[in-house]
Amino acid sequence: MSGPSAEWDAALAEGRFLLQRPVDGGATVFPPRAFAPGTGAELEWFEASGLGTVYSATWIQRKPPEPPYNVVLVDLAEGARMMGCVEGVTPETLQIGMTVKARIVGGETPKIVFDPVEQAHG
Amino acid sequence: MGDIFPRGRVSVAGASTFGVGEMPGHSTIEMAGKAVQLALADAAIGLSEVDGLFIALPDDLFAGLSLAQYLGLHPRFTDNNRAGGASFMSHLVTACMMLDAGYLDCAVIAYGANQRSSGGKLSTPARPDRWDAPYNPMYPLSFYALAAARHMHQYGTTREELASVAVAARLWANTNPEAFAKGPLSVEDVIASRLISSPIRARDCCLVTDGAAALVLTRTDRAKHGPQPLVPVLGAAAATWYNSVTQADDITITAAAESGPRAMAMAGLTPGQIDTVQLYDAFTINTILFLEDLGFCAKGEGGKFVASGAISPGGSLPVNTNGGGLSCCHPGMYGMFAMVEAVRQMRGTAANQIAGAKTALAHGNGGTLSAQATVIFGNAETA
Repeated sequence: MSGPSAEWDAALAEGRFLLQRPVDGGATVFPPRAFAPGTGAELEWFEASGLGTVYSATWIQRKPPEPPYNVVLVDLAEGARMMGCVEGVTPETLQIGMTVKARIVGGETPKIVFDPVEQAHG
Repeated sequence: MGDIFPRGRVSVAGASTFGVGEMPGHSTIEMAGKAVQLALADAAIGLSEVDGLFIALPDDLFAGLSLAQYLGLHPRFTDNNRAGGASFMSHLVTACMMLDAGYLDCAVIAYGANQRSSGGKLSTPARPDRWDAPYNPMYPLSFYALAAARHMHQYGTTREELASVAVAARLWANTNPEAFAKGPLSVEDVIASRLISSPIRARDCCLVTDGAAALVLTRTDRAKHGPQPLVPVLGAAAATWYNSVTQADDITITAAAESGPRAMAMAGLTPGQIDTVQLYDAFTINTILFLEDLGFCAKGEGGKFVASGAISPGGSLPVNTNGGGLSCCHPGMYGMFAMVEAVRQMRGTAANQIAGAKTALAHGNGGTLSAQATVIFGNAETA
């Protein structure tokens, strides 16, 4: 039987972004645990909406002509926080507080990246 | 219960630094060993009297065992607690409790690193965890950058305010013969320096130097009869909230908000009664975060506080009077040097001595703002 991290990996490889929450209610848990941190309560998996808000952001510089890349912290709509990156943005357009949505990018080791969500106008 | 501390019953009998700046041709254990020899000479205590060893080295997971071998001792206890740059404050907590209980009679805390001579880069076995690693954050720099960016967003802290921390550190370093980085440094210089991981620039970062340091601790009744002015430990507390600061509830509030008040309660002091502060300034944002969390200014006001000149020479709260990690030395785990400078201030022997200082706070930071530990030292008057 696998541990929670391996279960999370397996779901991600199938295209599902999972989070955990206590069976009897309580704060969303990420990264995965065998039990709820702080209380020890039993956890269950559920699928994340993928929506989140950028909590902080940094642009890491590289030797030109390589462009800088960003690393962000995202507050997920369900309550947990994770590190990530936002694609299709510049240092001018990536803003703390902006809404983003998770996307799973494939490959041998799939990972979650975020895209900006266009805010509805009017 | 909890937090019962033997206020004033353990004192610093000896203190030393060795090889601050550049000391090529020395291994880390040789650096630490030399610092122990100097600290014992400072205390006029023989090597054979040491019965407790506390150490963290950058490159040796079994450093406590290595130090026993190097010194040729059979200590009653060794402690290799690795809370990053806060390790040594944590060591001191354990040493004070064990000395006061009579389990130990003479404890040594030691550190040595040669990262400047061995390659010129921060050498650490620590890495981002598997949840953060896929995004290639610079470790540990980008984690501090994320805290700085959020602090600027949440409280309006400015680039100039961050830069003023580095300028204050340099002003102190310029009159400290032991400091490695000297010369003029302006807010404009800091802001014009190379951007690394926004908003952190090159001059927001601590130095990469060699350096070693050691402390010798005994019960106060013995230290009173030693050759040095008495420096009692009035309070000491360690707080750990996570490993990756990604998991902070609020990335602008560190565990210093716990360790500081706990240490001050043990000492029976309030922030207004602390005469000088030596804190781990790995990056300019650290000084702002810790001054807020330790209670020297309100949360969010740290930028304005440091830019006012309060922490500079002649200011109301002398901070990092040796030049700190930003301009004095930073061999990788700076906590020891904050404690040694606090001890020198209490003895009245610091290069930039604060006249009449009776209390000194030393604060260590480990990991990515993860582990925080605060120690309060006094002198013969405050014992």
